[in-house]
Amino acid sequence: MTSKRDVLLDPVFENNPIALQVLGVCSALAVTTELATALVMSIAVTGVLIGSNVTVSLIRDRIPSDIRIIVQLTIVASLVIIADQLLTAYAYDVSRRLSVFVGLIITNCIVMGRAEAFAMRNPPGRSFRDGLGNALGYSLVLLFVAFFRELLGSGTVFGMTVLRPVAEGGWYQPNGLMVLAPAAFLLIGCFIWVLRWWKPAQVEEDFRVRALPEPGHQGDLR
Amino acid sequence: MPASPASTLRFAALVSLVGSLLVAGSAVLLEDRQSSNRLLDRRRKVLDVAGLLAPGERLDRDEIMARFEAHVRPLPIDLQSGEPAPHIEATTFDQRRASQDPALSRPAPENAAGIRRLPRHALVYHVVEDGRVATIVLPIEGAGLWSTLFGFLALSPDTRYIRGIDFYEHAETAGLGSGIEERPWRARWEGRRAFDDEWVPRIEVIKGPAGPPETAPYAVDGLAGATLTGRGVTELVRFWLGPDGFGPYLARYRARGAVP
Repeated sequence: MTSKRDVLLDPVFENNPIALQVLGVCSALAVTTELATALVMSIAVTGVLIGSNVTVSLIRDRIPSDIRIIVQLTIVASLVIIADQLLTAYAYDVSRRLSVFVGLIITNCIVMGRAEAFAMRNPPGRSFRDGLGNALGYSLVLLFVAFFRELLGSGTVFGMTVLRPVAEGGWYQPNGLMVLAPAAFLLIGCFIWVLRWWKPAQVEEDFRVRALPEPGHQGDLR
Repeated sequence: MPASPASTLRFAALVSLVGSLLVAGSAVLLEDRQSSNRLLDRRRKVLDVAGLLAPGERLDRDEIMARFEAHVRPLPIDLQSGEPAPHIEATTFDQRRASQDPALSRPAPENAAGIRRLPRHALVYHVVEDGRVATIVLPIEGAGLWSTLFGFLALSPDTRYIRGIDFYEHAETAGLGSGIEERPWRARWEGRRAFDDEWVPRIEVIKGPAGPPETAPYAVDGLAGATLTGRGVTELVRFWLGPDGFGPYLARYRARGAVP
């Protein structure tokens, strides 16, 4: 985790919050039926994540450690409500389609996770880059999933028809599975598979049930 | 860092204060924009359900406002009596907020549409063409499968036939129940009969295909995989067309016409 690598680029491929840490999957299922919502959601999470990381980092030495989680939560919640307000004011249509999921950024494990694991013990500059990096990693997966779900499920990209569906006189039979939540699981699975094929270091050690060593035998259980 | 209880409390109070100031500030600063967005969205839906928007037509803010002002007359009414309520300001009246305000609403009688409170006043829309009412648009809401559905129902000027239906807010299953806001299904409503000859709401979303309005005047095709959402739509449409919904208003309109 604490390699010398760049805190900005590290979370995009090397330590992706969704693909490696498997955090924040819930919203990745919910908002990825189309690219527009996924993009706006990514922007909102980016803003909140950077804001919470920097704020927590700025006051990290003053936060009493026994209430630090609830302080982080208060900061995150305030930022999320402001993000929600901004969306209803400036991107009303998309915010309506995102409905409750903007508010649920509060419970997105990535935001709280980065505040507690990184911003509490790093200066604001590094925390900013860490927040941006994790947000980019999250956004990358979201947009990847949304691209395929929208293209295969509705035949469009950002609302523009690419594969003309049969219902509109074209040839493409939209794949109904893609608009349902399980499709996001499949696509995230494919993303993780490709990523680990490219970077085998991320493959977890095989989980194996080992036989208990026989009495008197020096087994390999340590 | 070891902290005394007093300093911990001070810190917690300070964080809460700053957080609440920021949240309240953003809510106040953005209120105007947000409410104008809501108004615009409602108006676009009214135009859409009344057939004043071509499929896929995209209009900007000014065009929607202009078209709405040119064709649509919002009409605040007293829900129980059906009489006009001219003291209600149509542009700012929020029926949903009114339904939650004890002073502006009453508990709803027992119903199958999942409606708990009824607002004292409601906002209906008359689409006027050449000085005559061409379409009546009614706001409708009620329980679907997972969520409360909010939408509009458009009726022909004799109130007997359905001109269109649309839902602008719901959280039904994406890809199944969410078909209620898509054109192919909404188009199935056009030309169906809302009421029978005794003015009892008869329209119903059935399971499976219904056939053309000529052979199935009261039935609308069900959405595959969304039987329960369809049942909710049946109940809420019947409720709002019935005696506890817009029944009194529609009866008054049929008897005396659009002029207050």
